[in-house]
Amino acid sequence: MARYFTEEHEWIEVDGDTAIIGITDYAQEQLGDVVFVEVPQTGTEFTKGAEAAVVESVKAASDVYAPIGGTVIEGNAALEGEPELVNTAPEAEGWFFKLTLADKDELEGLMNAKAYQAFCDSL
Amino acid sequence: MRYLPLTDTDRTAMLDAVGAPSIDALFADVPADLYLNGPVEGLPLHATEMAVEKHMRTLSKKNLAAADAPFFIGAGAYRHHVPASVDHLIQRGEFLTAYTPYQPEIAQGTLQMLFEFQTQVARLYGCAVANASMYDGSTACWEAVAMASRVTRKSRVVLSGALHPHYAEVVRTMAKFTEDEIAGSAPSLTSLPDDDGLIARIDENTASVVVQYPDILGRIPDLQKIADAAHEKGAKLIVVNTEPVALGALEAPGNLGADIVVGEGQALGVGLQFGGPYLGLFAITDPKLVRQMPGRLCGETVDADGKRGFVLTLSTREQHIRREKATSNICTNSGLCALAFSVHMTLLGAKGITGLAAENHRLACIAADRLAKVPGATVLNEHFFNEFTLMLDVDARQIVRDLADKGVLGGVGLGKLFPDIDGLKGGLLVTVTETVSPEDIETLATTLEEVLP
Amino acid sequence: MNQINQSGWKPGTPVASIDGEAHPTVTGNKALILEEALIFEIGGADTCGVDLPETPTDLPSRIGTFARQGEIGLPGLSEPQTVRHYTRLSRQNYGIDLGFFPLGSCTMKHNPRLNEKVARMPGFLDVHPMQPIDTVQGALGVIDELSHWLITLTGMQAVAMSPKAGAHGELCGILCIRAALEARGDARKVVLVPESAHGTNPATAAFAGYATEDIPANADGRVDLDALKARLGPDVAAVMITNPNTCGLFERDMKAISDAVHEAGGLVYCDGANFNAIMGRVRPGDLGIDAMHINLHKTFSTPHGGGGPGSGPVVLSDALAPFAPLPFVEKTEDGSLRIVEEENMEDHHASTFGRMTAFHGQMGMFTRALTYILSHGADGLRQAAGDAVLNANYILRQLEDVLHAPFGPSGPCMHEALFGDAGFAEGFSTLDLAKGLIDEGFHPMTMYFPLVVHGAMLIEPTETESKDGIDQFIMAMRSLAQRAKDGDEALLSAPHHAPRARLDEAHAARKPRLAWSEPEE
Repeated sequence: MARYFTEEHEWIEVDGDTAIIGITDYAQEQLGDVVFVEVPQTGTEFTKGAEAAVVESVKAASDVYAPIGGTVIEGNAALEGEPELVNTAPEAEGWFFKLTLADKDELEGLMNAKAYQAFCDSL
Repeated sequence: MRYLPLTDTDRTAMLDAVGAPSIDALFADVPADLYLNGPVEGLPLHATEMAVEKHMRTLSKKNLAAADAPFFIGAGAYRHHVPASVDHLIQRGEFLTAYTPYQPEIAQGTLQMLFEFQTQVARLYGCAVANASMYDGSTACWEAVAMASRVTRKSRVVLSGALHPHYAEVVRTMAKFTEDEIAGSAPSLTSLPDDDGLIARIDENTASVVVQYPDILGRIPDLQKIADAAHEKGAKLIVVNTEPVALGALEAPGNLGADIVVGEGQALGVGLQFGGPYLGLFAITDPKLVRQMPGRLCGETVDADGKRGFVLTLSTREQHIRREKATSNICTNSGLCALAFSVHMTLLGAKGITGLAAENHRLACIAADRLAKVPGATVLNEHFFNEFTLMLDVDARQIVRDLADKGVLGGVGLGKLFPDIDGLKGGLLVTVTETVSPEDIETLATTLEEVLP
Repeated sequence: MNQINQSGWKPGTPVASIDGEAHPTVTGNKALILEEALIFEIGGADTCGVDLPETPTDLPSRIGTFARQGEIGLPGLSEPQTVRHYTRLSRQNYGIDLGFFPLGSCTMKHNPRLNEKVARMPGFLDVHPMQPIDTVQGALGVIDELSHWLITLTGMQAVAMSPKAGAHGELCGILCIRAALEARGDARKVVLVPESAHGTNPATAAFAGYATEDIPANADGRVDLDALKARLGPDVAAVMITNPNTCGLFERDMKAISDAVHEAGGLVYCDGANFNAIMGRVRPGDLGIDAMHINLHKTFSTPHGGGGPGSGPVVLSDALAPFAPLPFVEKTEDGSLRIVEEENMEDHHASTFGRMTAFHGQMGMFTRALTYILSHGADGLRQAAGDAVLNANYILRQLEDVLHAPFGPSGPCMHEALFGDAGFAEGFSTLDLAKGLIDEGFHPMTMYFPLVVHGAMLIEPTETESKDGIDQFIMAMRSLAQRAKDGDEALLSAPHHAPRARLDEAHAARKPRLAWSEPEE
């Protein structure tokens, strides 16, 4: 299992042909208290970079992009009743959706944990 | 000048503190050839309060006020008696001169009022959630159409032929720019609304069906039947109500299968005002769709001391945050009119609105019976609330003018509402509220007998 | 008897502190600030504050099978209870009548009471929009006279009076532009909007079917003319510019911007929210614009009413006038006035883009605005703009040594002064300063807008503030700025003296409770 990061502060955990996607601790801190998450429906197809989900805090609504292309197999149903999971466990139980990968080559160019940390430090 | 507190001494002291020689110097960023050196030409200079009042009063006297004539005009704006305390309360400076309640700690007055207003509208309409108002009924109708298209991801909209033509025109105008396909039709000239004809026009591609209740001719459609047909095809039922007092007698649209209920709240608290400002009402039956609603929403919460309080909420849908992805571009709504509606509704309560509706209907029945006896006139409607269509053998618009010449404001000719439909020209829409007396009804009838050929 | 104030006390003099919180009351009331329950908790279905005639219940009905079943669930209150309820609620509200309301770009000026008196004259209040034209010549006269003022003040050629608010007016202007471009067979896809623009601008453009792109600003806080020229092309339908802009600065290059846009085949929309700064001194028409909405509830003193109603007439150039929406008021050959709508538009008005609203527009706001305009006259309006700009510059210069003023060095501001939160202690934000300002008896300024300055505070005093009032505000702001920079923890839990402490907005959004319901047993 490998975890990658994007400059839009999403993380993607890859296991064979499937991946789990969420937003990072840095992102949730920027957003403030998360009040609502709109996760994509099962079966939706995304190309890399497409708008995949929306995360709402009191003062802002931010788009979450698909870091790679694929088909959604599950949206995190727990977020409907407990959007605060994104604040308390953004890189664990606060995941957004799972998908099957269309093209593993798209993982090229995504950052690993160390590179992402350096990226955040530079901001 | 009475609205300007600064004195010349103040101005001098402030210019000194700012380091500028004159006020004109503060406009240095304006290119010299574009900066006016004196008051704009062709416009009068300042005037005393007395002079302005006199000028405006002269203009106001050139209008015939409804109180000064037997008055039977409706067609989307209704004359009801507004209790005296309503106008006093809305003129309290803390309501009149307050802003949108973005600082909730010092706006609980406005916010609690909005929460009460939202609840009153939701209950009157038989819905789960109502918003904090829109500009008016016609723009609320368009917003409902836009919401239904968003939610169903379809774009065909079926309008009932008996929807207020201004509302239909607003929807058609806005739809030109969003590419929704609007399927309208002419109103049927039948004693019952053509519900079956409307149902036949609903198909798989339909996002929403828009029905007015009571309709533009005063008839009452069978909402449940239309709702069932719409839902069967995956479409939303949008019900439009322009006379809220009707809901003191008629079943609430939300209880008859409506998905979105919109309307005009002007009849309660707001007054005729020659067309505005009015009060758009917007409510939905399924609370899960609340994030798709346009407009402001007020919600309950607690403060840091644990006390109940109210705030504007779900704002991320709105223009000032979501910008190009907002559910609507609306910013200002109709707050003071919402307050007037809410105060009037509070004075009425369920008992009052039921009684008011009964009185409206009683007088309308008397009027219908009396006018049916006028030679050359027949009442079209099988059913009505306080508004019905009187069919004449001539263009009713001329009759309306002739009645006005004799000091009677007798209604609206359907030709004014539907200028392109010859078959409707003989229709006169007559509205009877509690402000109408039996003497007024008799006057209308006898004057009508005089002016009809 | 007016005795001389011997003690020398005046408001603001420190007194021995009395901590109100140490003296709780059983009612929760605090003298003149009373807690008030919801009408659903006070009233009942059988209470009514209106006397209605006794209508017999057994009358023949023409309602058919559609009668209401079941309870409506709406409480009534008697008249005394109703008056108390709303009076108590009003006392928990801040308003212009109470004090300084320096919301940038909202122009919270005094709402004259003559406006209210005139709007309630029976000939204005009690008139139906569909009455025969001969019976409403006075109402049409008001619209005509106000139109003349708006056109002349702005130096434009026509005006669409029907839009119901500023955002609605923006939509009207953009739709006129779209109609004009389509009429010349040149439909374009993109609208350019400065980064500092109000959110209604891109929302409006998107609603009208356009894609929006940002125009960058230069270091001076104004539109970067070169960047704009580089972007203009055959796909750009329009630019939407606010002038003065949302940083409170006059766009010096406005004429050049308009010329460049026209040369590239586009049109210029001007957001007129800030017209109060320049009315009577600059005519937007001279700056080459094609459309501008005017907020009667900002510049022309009609009341804000807790969030509305507004009114947003749109002045138009000759290029756009033919496309203006129905209905509008026109003089006929015999000198009388008529309303042009679907019934009588004939061929002359065939290019109208359609209708934006039922009936004719916000007549109640027209009477109020015209009353205000006639009171000030051309000279008073010019003076008002001057005083508004003077007041804002006074505030800018009196605060720029303690609060970061990003455009202070670049010259005078217009009617509003922009500050940012640079220099605040770690963990202290503009929000905290604003909540502290509430305790000092002022409504906070506009916060976090425009987006181009971090922790933005946009202060618009308007011309209806006295110098003493402004000095008191400055004193409070200097104190708060220092407290924010020092990291005074009490600010983090302000306000302490308002009817409510900070409210939990996250809770409101997570578990929305948007209507009252009967409590569960």
